[in-house]
Amino acid sequence: MSTVARADQATPAGSARALSERRPLGDRGFQVLALACGLLVLVILVLIAVTTSQQASSWFTTEGWKIFTNNWNPGANQYGALAFIYGTAITAVIALVMAVPVSLGIALLLTEVVPYRWSRPIVYVIDLLAVVPSVVWGLWGILVFAPWLQHIYTDIASGVKGVPVLDSLFGQPVSGASFFTAGIILAFMITPIVTSLSREVIATVPAIDREGAYALGATRWEMIRGAVLPHSQGGIVGAVLLGLGRAMGETIAVALVIGSSPVITSHLFAPGYNMPAVIANQFGEAFGLSRAALMGIGVLLFVFTIIINVLARGIVERNARRKRGA
Amino acid sequence: MAVVTAEPQQPDLREAKGWRRTKNRIMTTLMVVSFILVIIPLGFVLFTVIAKGASIISWSFLTGGPIASTVAPAGVGGMGPAVLGTIEITALATVMAVPLGILGAVYLNEYGGKNWLAALIGFMSDVMTGVPSIIMGLFIFTIWVLHFGLSGLAGAFALGCLMLPIVIRSSYEMLRLVPNALREGSYALGATKARVTVTVVLPAAIGGIVSGSLLAVARAAGETAPLLFCIGAASEANKNVFSGANTALPSQIFANANQPYVGAQDRGWGAALTLIALCFILMIAARLVTARFARYSR
Amino acid sequence: MEQSEQNTAPGLKAIPESATRQPQVQMPEPAAIRDAEQTAGLPAEAGVPIFEMKDVSIYYGSFRAVTNVSLTIYEHQITAFIGPSGCGKTTVLRTLNRMNDLIPGARVEGEVSYRGEQLYGKDVSPIAVRRRIGMVFQKPNPFPKSIYDNVAYGPRINGERNKKKLDEIVERSLRQAALWDEVKNRLGTSGLSLSGGQAQRLCIARTLAVEPDVVLMDEPASALDPIATGAIEDLMKEIKDRYTIVIVTHNMQQATRVSDRTAFYSVLVNPQSDTRTGTLVEYAPTDRLFGDPQDDRTKAYVTGRMG
Repeated sequence: MSTVARADQATPAGSARALSERRPLGDRGFQVLALACGLLVLVILVLIAVTTSQQASSWFTTEGWKIFTNNWNPGANQYGALAFIYGTAITAVIALVMAVPVSLGIALLLTEVVPYRWSRPIVYVIDLLAVVPSVVWGLWGILVFAPWLQHIYTDIASGVKGVPVLDSLFGQPVSGASFFTAGIILAFMITPIVTSLSREVIATVPAIDREGAYALGATRWEMIRGAVLPHSQGGIVGAVLLGLGRAMGETIAVALVIGSSPVITSHLFAPGYNMPAVIANQFGEAFGLSRAALMGIGVLLFVFTIIINVLARGIVERNARRKRGA
Repeated sequence: MAVVTAEPQQPDLREAKGWRRTKNRIMTTLMVVSFILVIIPLGFVLFTVIAKGASIISWSFLTGGPIASTVAPAGVGGMGPAVLGTIEITALATVMAVPLGILGAVYLNEYGGKNWLAALIGFMSDVMTGVPSIIMGLFIFTIWVLHFGLSGLAGAFALGCLMLPIVIRSSYEMLRLVPNALREGSYALGATKARVTVTVVLPAAIGGIVSGSLLAVARAAGETAPLLFCIGAASEANKNVFSGANTALPSQIFANANQPYVGAQDRGWGAALTLIALCFILMIAARLVTARFARYSR
Repeated sequence: MEQSEQNTAPGLKAIPESATRQPQVQMPEPAAIRDAEQTAGLPAEAGVPIFEMKDVSIYYGSFRAVTNVSLTIYEHQITAFIGPSGCGKTTVLRTLNRMNDLIPGARVEGEVSYRGEQLYGKDVSPIAVRRRIGMVFQKPNPFPKSIYDNVAYGPRINGERNKKKLDEIVERSLRQAALWDEVKNRLGTSGLSLSGGQAQRLCIARTLAVEPDVVLMDEPASALDPIATGAIEDLMKEIKDRYTIVIVTHNMQQATRVSDRTAFYSVLVNPQSDTRTGTLVEYAPTDRLFGDPQDDRTKAYVTGRMG
């Protein structure tokens, strides 16, 4: 019965070598490899920040603080990027205003209303929504959706003509490819992530809180308002911020339907531009200072989205940690 | 409790009355409406893509080439180069990002534990999933394309950067689910930590890891922005993914979407249908893997 | 808190069988154990000390989980650790194969020696330790692999590649674990498909496949029904002459059924810090411990159950 498997049998007292082996090289090497892969994330992020800033440095130094002016004039070598920052903000806000209530509604639908058996198909639909590539949204957006919306915009614009606030928001000029259209499509695209994260957050509300509300004779909506929402506020804020980050960074669909017009205007139905869209549309042919400017807009976008994501993840983490009681 | 009156009264057990009930109903309706609000555009997009794309899809469209110029009518050329490009670039990105991502997750779960570095890496990995994909494209453009030119490889790097944090997060979640009892059983037999991880933990988590990776691949396959400045715009199929300009389905869709020519638009729809079909197949494959391995590992 | 290792006074021949298993050598205090070690070359009926623990305390961080354990475990015997929950018996068991190393902050003070060598010595590899000292856990934990691969896992990581040899090892181990007949026709099926009792026997086969010197068992039958429990107990008695077994059990009848020596642990409560620390109370041949416990705490625990 002597097989190799029989590790050198327990040696009698006195032989000191049997139990001591140095840690096998493979074991150490594997640990180092795993650590290196983990560090890769940090390395890439730092490299992104450093290399793109370098490329954009000529823009920063040439324009200085004027990068924040609304003065995008490549012909005259002027590159104030305020219009794009404005466009990013506006489209993101439009997207959030539409997507957040809808996402919350679906999340609540899944956690509170719908019996488990029906929740699977609903989740599949949400996953389907998430899988549609950005460029397909853009293609459909510009060729089908935008022309259709244009009619609606025109009608609305004539309807609000003269009405004080509404006219400046929804009045002329009107174009199918506009801030608003981009906002709507962004709303479609960020709904899955806001929904799924809100769902996770809402699911951590202890059953005992729900039951407590019901036991007092609350209707379902009252229970949601009283027990679920207060508990999950923090996490939902985090989910919304994540949606915001996503909306700010979404490039291709916006590039196709936003209208490619660098203006700052309150008219939401007017064509506009935003940060990722201008990079996507113009970088290919840019060189010299204009390339540096576009790269610089990329740097700004990177910084903004990192900040928002750090905030968002931080809030979600803190919420989760408080729930765990850690 | 019985109320002492002339006639015994039945307790009123019907629903909350009046405004409370109405409000509840309204809210529930709103929730259902939100879901419908989401189905409608999804349905429209899918319907349109299928309707407009189906007519142009054919074997020669999928495999033939070269890519027609924008003014050419539908039926000329094909999307073969783009299909090949998508497949080879995405495959290369997968081969790079998935192993690295799994190893990163192994570090986080098996070695990092609660130390500050693992916490930082995990946190920044999640943050990285929120970085716009065009930034990845600009990054690779800066460090690679400027020195080595356009190529499928550059595109693969950019997609790989995109996929890495996604694979890390999903693999990490799967590794966490592996019960500690399995690790202990392996340790007790005298395995080193590396052995325990490779021979017991990873096989136990493999279903979820594969499924998560497939979803990352689906995401990468559909991305346009990272490729914009990295692969160029070849019209002929480029079998060498490591050098020379290339093209991919998303890039073609983007290029065609802006065109006023019907032929170009048709080609765009065809490519879109192909791309969506590819993403769906990957998504379904991910679901199947999850289902099968859930059964296997009880 | 005393430990008593008493020799076989004639008066204790009340229970015949166990008497034959008593070591004939007197080992009253720790000092004498070292002397006994040097005579370990004696024929088998003399108890060869496998483990010796001297003043062992186990800490998790700054929390002292177990204090002051000193005992000797002998070859080819079944030694049982019993005691109320929280008394540290599992902690002590896991110290014997350095499984506590896996818990961050765990620390052992005092001396633990295995066949004369310091188990926690500077150069000692826990991997090498665990290849000689196997462990079966409370809840069966078969790997999500086939039955064959489960049993072959240990030999494989030790370098065995020969398919024929592996087949032999797998069959031998499954026979030793009394599982062969039940699974011989489905070695390729998943280990997870077995019932609780079968899965535990699979884990035992897996442990035996590397032919360890010692088998530690942490409440191996507590998750099983009585019939499966009986099978495990029979198994232990059968393999005893080839291995040394240490078993943690909360079932006193089980201890009396299978073990040669029993160690009773209990809990010390520290009222100021409101912490509980485990400690060894009494360690004696099983019949002595249950028949004539010396310490009051042992008496209370043992007689309380046996009525």
